[in-house]
Amino acid sequence: MARRVRARAGRPLLVALVTVGTLAVTACSGPGGGSAQATSTPTSFSSAPTCGTAAVTLSGYFETGFPLPKSLTEEFSKQYPNVKWTIREDQFAVITQNAPRVLADDPPDLMRLPQVSELVKDGLLKNLDAYAAVYGWDKWPASQLAQMRIGPGGRPRGEGSLYAMGLNFSMTGVFYNKTLAAQIGLTTPPSTLDELDTALAKAKQAGITPILQFNGGATGGLAFPLQNLMASYGPAGPINDWIFQKPGASIDTPSNRQAVEHLDRWIKAGYFVKDANALDYATMMSRFIAGQGLLMFDGDWESGNLDKQMAGKVGFFLMPPAQSGGKRAAMSAPLTFGISTKAKHADCAAFFLNWVATNPQAREIAVRVGGSHPMGPADAPMPTVTPGTVTASTLEAGAQIGKDNGAMDFIANATGAIYAKSWTPQLQKLVAGQQTPQALLSTVQHDYESQVGS
Amino acid sequence: MPRATLDRSADRKEAQLSPPRRSTRRADFRARTWVGWGFVAPALLMYAVFVLRPLFLTFEYSLYRWDGIGPSTWVGLGNYGRVFADRDLYGAILNAFELILFFSVIPVGLGLAIAATIRSIAASRLALIARTVVFLPQVIPLVAAGIAWSWLLSSTGLVNQILSAVGLGGVTRAWLGDFSTALPAVGVIGAWVLLGLCTLLLLAGMTKIDPALYEAARIDGASAWREFRSVTVPSLRQEIGVCVTVTVIAALASFDIVYIATQGGPGNTTMVPGLEIYYLAFSQREVGLASALAVVLMVLVLGCVLPIQWLTREES
Repeated sequence: MARRVRARAGRPLLVALVTVGTLAVTACSGPGGGSAQATSTPTSFSSAPTCGTAAVTLSGYFETGFPLPKSLTEEFSKQYPNVKWTIREDQFAVITQNAPRVLADDPPDLMRLPQVSELVKDGLLKNLDAYAAVYGWDKWPASQLAQMRIGPGGRPRGEGSLYAMGLNFSMTGVFYNKTLAAQIGLTTPPSTLDELDTALAKAKQAGITPILQFNGGATGGLAFPLQNLMASYGPAGPINDWIFQKPGASIDTPSNRQAVEHLDRWIKAGYFVKDANALDYATMMSRFIAGQGLLMFDGDWESGNLDKQMAGKVGFFLMPPAQSGGKRAAMSAPLTFGISTKAKHADCAAFFLNWVATNPQAREIAVRVGGSHPMGPADAPMPTVTPGTVTASTLEAGAQIGKDNGAMDFIANATGAIYAKSWTPQLQKLVAGQQTPQALLSTVQHDYESQVGS
Repeated sequence: MPRATLDRSADRKEAQLSPPRRSTRRADFRARTWVGWGFVAPALLMYAVFVLRPLFLTFEYSLYRWDGIGPSTWVGLGNYGRVFADRDLYGAILNAFELILFFSVIPVGLGLAIAATIRSIAASRLALIARTVVFLPQVIPLVAAGIAWSWLLSSTGLVNQILSAVGLGGVTRAWLGDFSTALPAVGVIGAWVLLGLCTLLLLAGMTKIDPALYEAARIDGASAWREFRSVTVPSLRQEIGVCVTVTVIAALASFDIVYIATQGGPGNTTMVPGLEIYYLAFSQREVGLASALAVVLMVLVLGCVLPIQWLTREES
């Protein structure tokens, strides 16, 4: 009997031992802290690094559904047969979640990157300054690389060392259905905001959905027209300062308030598709291609797709300014790729990035497959595109933005949490009539300060 | 081969049946204890490594401010303070409690009614069909159910088509995109999924009830409703307990359906703790805060489930 009691008592004892053991293992010190792996200080090269002649296999981590990087790697291997690729692909959302861990534990030579500030802060990305110097990237138009420059410790963005590189840079604006536009007498793109308003009103009267825009789930697509309106009412510079986390920057400015009020008027006038708050990106695309709306705020990554699916029936224009003759601005961002601090073949990966921007075939692929403007020097030869296509008009728009110095990063990229936590729910509330334009901006600014200040 | 197996099992039975000899009993017992531990050890090890260790790690992380990679800062119970101070975070918990209505009350209530109905027509083929149809949602992966329902509930979906067809065009809307209907719409998906499980469990419980009780009730002149109230429901006490426990956990810890159908939108109206934890840890990289919310969620689930267990335990 006594033994039985003891045997029983042994069970909780063992559990307690296991418990204490696990606690002892874990509770010694705080988690993490292994970031002592300082970013290697930029060295300088006496001659430009290449992939050499020996067989080398680069590892890449790319985004599913975007064929551009793979096409480029195939062409690269054709020109440099000693280079082979091992490529892993994931959806962008997965890459965003995995980026820090993958870069820390299983470092690829070349990786599609989400927002880079945090990765730089943790010392996970290679500083590319030395490559920029030896390949002459710093002589390209500064706006191409600004978004990938980061100050010490991850802030502010927009200046400092280069930590990533683009395969091309995309441009956003307004796509319109030419057939529906002809029905309401819109033959030339509007040149002022007033003209755009008139067109929207006419479409509404004619029973055409004026704007197809996704705003459902966790992705508030009304941020596209909102930022475009911000750039119509005010200069692009202060918006970029806010996105880049420059000290004292605010999104809650008088001109931005005018922009949100304008957006609110569009909502109240019923210009947006009725179920915008339930619409996701893919549904928006399929409805636009099916001809169910006049306008859509989107980016030139869809140019190739639209040229194929609605050949000749779709046009693109940059958001018109509030005042006639005003400067144009657009959200424009490089398709960012980076090299892990621990990459085995960093030199070869950097050589590849330089090749993408400078090799004529690579530039042609960047436009034909990627649909966007290639990176590189201002005087680099531009691939020819069929006139009259959407691709042609988006490339033209890119040149205009370059001239007006109107490239902006996306307001959703200001902090890691600002899009999901602030812009998306706030814009969804605006659509539902549950938020005022003034409170929208002050709430976002409040959230921003609590995230940046921390 | 089958023969050999049979023989061996017969041997074992014999060995078990014969009383152990007194002199070796103590040594036998000790050996058996160790053999017992030996059998338990692999499971215990797995449990310690994959359940206890993450549990303690989560608690440990919840005391730090940490982005998952870089150095961490000790903040004590600060993250817990934020969970209860941030409207978005405790709002998610309140939403989860609202979901209990749809995930627990409706499936258990409706499940009882359906089970009672099916039992009363037990002999017919219709009962088999009804049972299959009601249980079917349980077989479909939650992700597929979420996608199918988001089509049904979309602005041009079947639900709105039917409403328009019967002259209720005025109430049609994008059910998952409307502030007032998004959470109930998600709840309906959950109710649809969990109804089958509850019905089947309750139906299985009903087959255990002694028919003599029903007979006695009928002789006493009880109505069908009285029979249901005084015989069926009390006899199903334990099954109802299991149903309520499982569905309350499903409501509080919901993730898949919400993630597929609304991703927490519009305007956080369908945000639930499971989804918020995921966003905090993997998108916003606030591992400490995510862990604190996870610990709070676990305590809440236990706080809800333990009283249910206590209330529905068998009285002996």
